[in-house]
Amino acid sequence: MNLLDFSGYGDEIARGLALTLSVGVGALVVAILCGLLGAAGKLSHSWAAQKAAFVYTTLVRGVPELVLIILLYYGVPTAVQNVVRLAVPGYRLDFNPAVTAVVVIGLIYGAFMAEVFRGAFLAVPPGQMETARAYGMSRRQTFFRIHMPQMWRFALPGIGNVWMVLIKATALVSVVGLKDTLYWSGKAGEALFEPFKFFLIAALIFLGITFVSEQVFRIAERRASRGVARVRH
Amino acid sequence: MDFGLIIDSWPALMRGAVMTLTLTAIAVPAGLALALPLAVARLSHRLWLRLPSYAVIYVFRGTPLLIQLYLIYYGLGQFNAVLKSWGVWWFFRNELYCALLVLSLNTGAYTAEIFRGAISGVPSGFIEAAQASGMSWFTRLRRIVLPSAFRLAWPAYTNEVVFLMQATSLVSLITVIELFRVTKTMADRTFDIYTMYITTGLIYLMISYGIILLFGLIEAYLMRHMPLAPNARKTINQRALAVLMR
Repeated sequence: MNLLDFSGYGDEIARGLALTLSVGVGALVVAILCGLLGAAGKLSHSWAAQKAAFVYTTLVRGVPELVLIILLYYGVPTAVQNVVRLAVPGYRLDFNPAVTAVVVIGLIYGAFMAEVFRGAFLAVPPGQMETARAYGMSRRQTFFRIHMPQMWRFALPGIGNVWMVLIKATALVSVVGLKDTLYWSGKAGEALFEPFKFFLIAALIFLGITFVSEQVFRIAERRASRGVARVRH
Repeated sequence: MDFGLIIDSWPALMRGAVMTLTLTAIAVPAGLALALPLAVARLSHRLWLRLPSYAVIYVFRGTPLLIQLYLIYYGLGQFNAVLKSWGVWWFFRNELYCALLVLSLNTGAYTAEIFRGAISGVPSGFIEAAQASGMSWFTRLRRIVLPSAFRLAWPAYTNEVVFLMQATSLVSLITVIELFRVTKTMADRTFDIYTMYITTGLIYLMISYGIILLFGLIEAYLMRHMPLAPNARKTINQRALAVLMR
């Protein structure tokens, strides 16, 4: 069993890897946006916003990704198409499957991000914001110049953890027929009667992604805390 | 939502839910039994113990569960002649055994990482006091380190058990008939994906929060020796509810 002999499936698996990575990075961006919204809701003084954020995170964290992916992937575009058809008869709105997957996975992991950002916003010492207010900054200025920039340093380890889970969850999009790393590995294994070899290759690819992500986040964390005095233990 | 369909499919859904709970109830203790030695070995100062456990934990946490399932169930078919000659083919031919094996190994690796953190978090004074009273390494582990580690690890371990229960939905893809598989069959037959998947989502939600409530009760029991904070909720039920709401 030669793991480097792709028997002509090398380019398909490479394309699958490109799809896995683009769905992963796209979903991370959507998840960060949803997470910021969710954290804003949780920390808001408004009763409705608090409850909305609570329902969002509770529902998403209590239901398996697979159920949510199938429900949202097949359900939401159909629902939107039905509404569009009512509004504009004869018009059919098409959804790009990869974009749908990005939005669905982003929505799911946004619920986990919300918890990360909530903790990070609370971790910024309140004295920082009080000082900014005392210097005459408006609430908005205090938020965007003082609170938000310092929040990222506390959020970074949590973002890293969510990313590690998120990138592995992208393997589930092969179930709805997207041609990702796992899809092409499965096809190659089936065609060449070597399923073990090609699933092993897929596993090693994900192991590689995990390893590289760890290094990237370690460098990012070191960079983010470069202005903070390090205590020697 | 088609309530007639929910009522018609309810018995099948419940049979599926029982399978989901059975898979969870077997994989969770099996994973824990695997995780404790893995975590202790991972923290050993002996390289030949530390390195293999590090590798096992890294590989199972670094690859998607779905690929692990495919690799064992579909992948090992490539070597069926060898497995037959070893006399283990009956095990790897059975989708249920494969599912339980992979789920246990997977949750074992994640749980080991949780307990690794918890064991390192046990205050060094506890261990020094145990050493000073003449306890052997194993007695120390059994009476001091592991009980403290369980208390520290419990909230994270609760999450892991909930994730494992949800992850059992993936074994439907290696043909095990559990809650997700039943739902998919019904949805494919009736084309009513909203009714079926929303109902199943709610069943999973109830199981998830049922597990959290149960583990909250256990947490309250594990922490019964701790002094209550001034405005803490008094009864075990109230404490479990507080765990549920956090």
